[in-house]
Amino acid sequence: MASLKLKNIKKTYDGKKFIIKGVDLEIKDKEFIIFVGPSGCGKSTMLRMIAGLEEITDGELYINDELVNNFSPQERKTAMVFQSYALYPHMTIYDNIAFSLKLKKVNPDIIKKKVEEVSKILDLDEFLKRKPASLSGGQRQRVAIGRAIIREPKVLLFDEPLSNLDAKLRNRMRFEISKLRKNLNSTFVYVTHDQVEAMTLADRIVVFNDGHIQQVGTPMDLYDKPSNLFVAGFIGSPQINSFKGTIEGTTFKHELFSYNLNKTVTHKEIILAIRSEHIEIVTENEDITGEVILIETLGNETILWIENNNFDFKIRLNAPDNKIKNGDKLKFKFQSENIHLFNAETEVRI
Amino acid sequence: MTKKHYRRYIPFKTILTHLTLIFLSVITLYPVLWVFKMAFSPTQGFSTSLKGDYTLNNFITLFTITDSESNLLMIRQFWNSIFVSVISAFIGLVLATSAAYAFSRFEFKGKKSGMSAMLITQMFPGVLVIIPLYLILDNIGLLNSLWGLILVYSTTTVPFSIFMLKGYFDTIPKEIEEAAVMDGASQFTIFIKIILPLSRPALAITGLFSFMTAWNEFILAATFMGQEKYYTVPVMLQSFVGAFNTQWGLFAAGSIIVSLPVVILFLYVQKHLVGGLTAGGIKG
Repeated sequence: MASLKLKNIKKTYDGKKFIIKGVDLEIKDKEFIIFVGPSGCGKSTMLRMIAGLEEITDGELYINDELVNNFSPQERKTAMVFQSYALYPHMTIYDNIAFSLKLKKVNPDIIKKKVEEVSKILDLDEFLKRKPASLSGGQRQRVAIGRAIIREPKVLLFDEPLSNLDAKLRNRMRFEISKLRKNLNSTFVYVTHDQVEAMTLADRIVVFNDGHIQQVGTPMDLYDKPSNLFVAGFIGSPQINSFKGTIEGTTFKHELFSYNLNKTVTHKEIILAIRSEHIEIVTENEDITGEVILIETLGNETILWIENNNFDFKIRLNAPDNKIKNGDKLKFKFQSENIHLFNAETEVRI
Repeated sequence: MTKKHYRRYIPFKTILTHLTLIFLSVITLYPVLWVFKMAFSPTQGFSTSLKGDYTLNNFITLFTITDSESNLLMIRQFWNSIFVSVISAFIGLVLATSAAYAFSRFEFKGKKSGMSAMLITQMFPGVLVIIPLYLILDNIGLLNSLWGLILVYSTTTVPFSIFMLKGYFDTIPKEIEEAAVMDGASQFTIFIKIILPLSRPALAITGLFSFMTAWNEFILAATFMGQEKYYTVPVMLQSFVGAFNTQWGLFAAGSIIVSLPVVILFLYVQKHLVGGLTAGGIKG
């Protein structure tokens, strides 16, 4: 049970270059928050500062309204699952999970009971006497989770926990984590660069870039109403299509096409963005055209790569379409209700 | 039912490998045979022929030599060597392990220059420090004392040991320690319960190195120890080599006895020299 408050948090290692440039965020009790962003955006550093592994250069971190800047991880009651598992290789699985309780000199009978409880939740019963080296990646990550939850932490932190697993196992573990979440009273903060994980697990997603928070919101908020071009491009696969052009009256003019926005926009230069599933193939009356250069058949959906004069965009069809062939010249229509407009200079949503 | 016999097929490459290894082993081991021959020979002459009589006389003589105070010299000196080497290795290892861990993990002023300084100390040959060490030991009253040797040995091996151990500690993933920090372990607990168990091979080899350095050292021991009863075994061995006459039989028998502890220690340490102790800890 813990709410977190981050107040203007900054981080620098050398006193000059700031990795985190002032982060404000409130995380509610038992919320599942996911930090996403490209490599080097500061999301892991932020997580490590919450954990207590990195010093907070400037700003304040509150857990349950208590200032914890100078608290150890133990005092903060945070626990962390590392990307690389970071198990103790010389100890058995039992000892790995029990380590924190043994350090606290908890009664051995209670430790035994708790380890059994945790190993049952995580399906680790049969491995307790083994050492980490004899376990598979997924099993090791479950041990790492067990080691974290046995302490009943207030805040459970995950640093890209699934990125070392193969796709099938990742799906399975994603399911395990969301199941785990229902059984625990902890607040979850989770770092990933995989937007599928972010979209499926999070109550709210925090998008980081270049040491700043770009947007905070529910997965669908970010998808439907990205507050800037970066978020629009980062969330959603395939990446959102964007076209830079000028405004004349109510019309958006691009090198390839004109598009009537049916509303006045005060900016002169804007970026029009639209997701691949919001472009329709039509037969007439449109001046958006292009040639199919690649067809990605994914079974339940098909992605078409369209090219026209060095500009390319992608459209998504909800079913396989055998009629469309490479080299076909098609006409397209943008669904007007799903168009996103951004200021070309600031890339902020209009 | 008839029993079928399969002829095991040995590839030519395997035969070639074995022949090469056997040849190299003979070249390496044959000279050692001479030592055994001379040790068991009834004469004190220098002979490389393996023919002739064999006797235990040299060993018996060795163990019964006494000094003017009728101390059994061989046993006394052997004990001196064991005592000095074990304690030097232990002290050196304790100092080097903790220092190497600090050099590997902590940021502090003088870390870089400290490492360089230790390298620089390795540039000077031991003979250069004999006179200063002699004066220092004389001043603190540790000449003709085994503790004097222990002090010198345990400090001289430390820089190199730190280098070896730091190199090993650097390979232990930091995440494992961070996980322990999250689990509430203090720096000391991490050192004792995580780092040391994971460093067994490095500790074993560094300990062995320190032990052997002390065990084989001759010049300092010969300079600082004035009386026979304080000699270590290398000094004892040297005393069989005279200016006009060398007792090769006793020398050879002595060499064998002196080698034994090192051989035994090596066999014991060998089982700790396993790789992959950190396997399974992190995704590698």
